Amino acid sequence: MKRCLEVIAPGPLATVQDLGRPGQAALGVGTSGAADTAALRLANRALGNPENAAAIEATLGGLTLRCYGGLFATVTGAPTPLTVNGRATAPNTVFHLPDGAELRMAAPPTGLRSYLAVRGGVAVEAVLGSRSTDTLAGLGPPPLTPGTVLPVGLPPDRPPLLDVLPVAPPTGGEVALRVRPGPRDDWFTGAALRVLLTEPYEVTSEIDRAGMRLAGPPLERARTGEIPSEGMVAGALQVPPAGSPVLFLADHPLTGGYPVIAVVAAADLPRAAQTRPGQRLRFHIDRRGRP
Amino acid sequence: MRVLPAGDTGLLVELPDLDTMLGLYSALTDRPPPGVVDLVPAARTLLLRLADDADTAAITATIHATKPAQPTAHTTETLKIPVHYDGDDLAETARLTGLTPAEVIAAHTGTLWRVAFIGFAPGFAYLAGGDPRLHVPRRSTPRVRVPAGAVGLAGEFSGVYPVEAPGGWQLIGRTDTPMWDLDRDPPALLRPGMLVRFTAVGGAA
Repeated sequence: MKRCLEVIAPGPLATVQDLGRPGQAALGVGTSGAADTAALRLANRALGNPENAAAIEATLGGLTLRCYGGLFATVTGAPTPLTVNGRATAPNTVFHLPDGAELRMAAPPTGLRSYLAVRGGVAVEAVLGSRSTDTLAGLGPPPLTPGTVLPVGLPPDRPPLLDVLPVAPPTGGEVALRVRPGPRDDWFTGAALRVLLTEPYEVTSEIDRAGMRLAGPPLERARTGEIPSEGMVAGALQVPPAGSPVLFLADHPLTGGYPVIAVVAAADLPRAAQTRPGQRLRFHIDRRGRP
Repeated sequence: MRVLPAGDTGLLVELPDLDTMLGLYSALTDRPPPGVVDLVPAARTLLLRLADDADTAAITATIHATKPAQPTAHTTETLKIPVHYDGDDLAETARLTGLTPAEVIAAHTGTLWRVAFIGFAPGFAYLAGGDPRLHVPRRSTPRVRVPAGAVGLAGEFSGVYPVEAPGGWQLIGRTDTPMWDLDRDPPALLRPGMLVRFTAVGGAA
């Protein structure tokens, strides 16, 4: 029996994601990849997969699949309640999906993005070295729709490493994120940076894989005008003229013309990517590696 | 040259002009310092994306010690792009520049353009170095859909839409030359540093 996953319902948004396609900027192609890379890596490690194997990134649950061929699987990230053939199964554990099993993921109590990984990885055709869907650039496999069939790769030689994954679920409360000022903090008043580092910013409903718009006290510019387009990084807090920052995530545009006041630490981005509309973010200076 | 932090895994290098940027880009592409994952060229800057465990101080020192390659290193490739100059904004571009449509076409085909950087969409090349009389603002209301192959102007740049996309550039023509083709290696026709000459086919000229 061919090992594969058939999508019955995708939920609000479900895409295939691995660790993306770094190194392709000369083609105008961004990194993309899992929004919560820590959750994807954890799922793959647990199953004995390479860390960059592709999995399904489901947004706010709602994903239902039929699984063929007998598979080992795990769900990490937002701890969505799971059933396999109607029987409850815990996220953050490695479980077996018998041939023909129906897997249902309900809405998670906290967090935004859950990762369903299978032993052997989702084996859709890679585009420019990655199986990730870049929603902004329209690269990689299209978002999952009912009837999408995803092939599963050969199981790795390594056995599954963990049965239960020791991990705390994403918080539903305030989230603290470390930032480094710059590269364009000199485009803002000194007061703006103090505001950013003391006031909370709320996640608005304008969120997708490219970024999240935040609501909070405006960040006042010391200079007007636009910067000639420059390269952007995930984690950048870009500030359009209206003064409310946008936090860039995995599918962010490669370049942008608004100044970036500060950048969230790479290690904190997975937690940022799990926040929902209405949750508050607090930014702190990242003092690691400083005297 | 200034090297600015872009978080804990990025360095943004500010450069005086496009030629110096392309020279540094070329030098670092030929010999990437350990820990550099990607280089993102832009109008006046070069962004270095770094691995999580990269030695930022050592890479910063390498940037300062690197001599930008001579621009002549890039000039070996000149690509001709035939254009039908029948774009919806050709008349508006003529009005904005004070030229006739025929003079706009002559100006657009009259100089070599250089690929400064790729952005906005996969394979969308920002071409610089054209006739300064062609500097025009973006449309005040962007179009919801610009077809693939549309040739446009915005600011100091010219560009060709590689795929259908929303966009605010002034459209002066269209080309049948595919800018982006995933079955081609590399899929992007234009890459930073390359030289381009537009030529007029059919239509008004």
